[in-house]
Amino acid sequence: MAFTALAAARIRNLFAVVILSGIFSLLAAVLYLVLNAVDVAFTEAAVGAGISTLLMLATLSLTSEVEKARFKIKMIPFAIILGTGALLIYGTLDMPIFGDPNAPANLHVAPHYITKSGSEIDIPNIVTSVLASYRSFDTFGEVVVIFTAAIGVLILLGRGTNRWRPGLRANVIPEQKEEEV
Amino acid sequence: MSRHSILRIVAKFMIPYILLFGLYVQFHGDFGPGGGFQAGVIFAAAFILYSLIFGVQNGRKVLPAWVTRVLLAAGVLIYGGTGVASFFLDANFLSFNVLSSNPVAGQHLGIILVEFGVGVTVAATMITVFYVFAGQDHE
Repeated sequence: MAFTALAAARIRNLFAVVILSGIFSLLAAVLYLVLNAVDVAFTEAAVGAGISTLLMLATLSLTSEVEKARFKIKMIPFAIILGTGALLIYGTLDMPIFGDPNAPANLHVAPHYITKSGSEIDIPNIVTSVLASYRSFDTFGEVVVIFTAAIGVLILLGRGTNRWRPGLRANVIPEQKEEEV
Repeated sequence: MSRHSILRIVAKFMIPYILLFGLYVQFHGDFGPGGGFQAGVIFAAAFILYSLIFGVQNGRKVLPAWVTRVLLAAGVLIYGGTGVASFFLDANFLSFNVLSSNPVAGQHLGIILVEFGVGVTVAATMITVFYVFAGQDHE
């Protein structure tokens, strides 16, 4: 994973970078699978490796394939990034060991979910019962975020006509060109 | 890309199975890994594959813009509607216990409805974003 990330940062050819980021996502999915987070791995493989790679490729077909700007290390931002990274790594030092049963995250509501999900929700996949039922508000928020994202893309890039005020949008193209197919 | 007969035939062969797998992930999310989000993405991938092989114009004929826009809002409304429905049954927003005769059945119904809403919105979003990107003019 580290190798693909470094390669993606160095390579000039954007097509290769997109493919490398797809490979990175696939490796991340394998990592989640090793950590027994099957649902997350599933999402990562479908979204990270699949759809987002594809959207990047669609964007590449609109722009050029080679990165133009010359890459030069600026000292002050580089130092800030190194410092922040070191602080973050320092912050992880007093985190509980992975999988520690006495970690705060495993003592708050997780035991309730794990022991009561069978009798309260009665579906075998606890992940689904947590996401859809116990944390239903959060999931609703996520759906609204996705909805908002789509609306934003439509506003920025879509060329719909306003039914009530035709001619409002200046960049509307009158009719689709058929020969482009 | 319509001249590549291998691509066309393999895509035609694959698309029904991708759609079927999307539906399986959607409605089997209670029992195995998966759920509305993953199912929506897989479902969208089938349409995106079709548009890649047969062209965006043909893809738009299968699923016009207004359909995806209606679906986009419909998913959120299904989710929110499930939440509001529990108001009428004297409970808080999004409490599924009261949706059916006993709490467990209510939870089942609520989760299926909510996951369906998630799936519809995610699929419509992915398809919309792809079409908007791919439908730009090449200059």
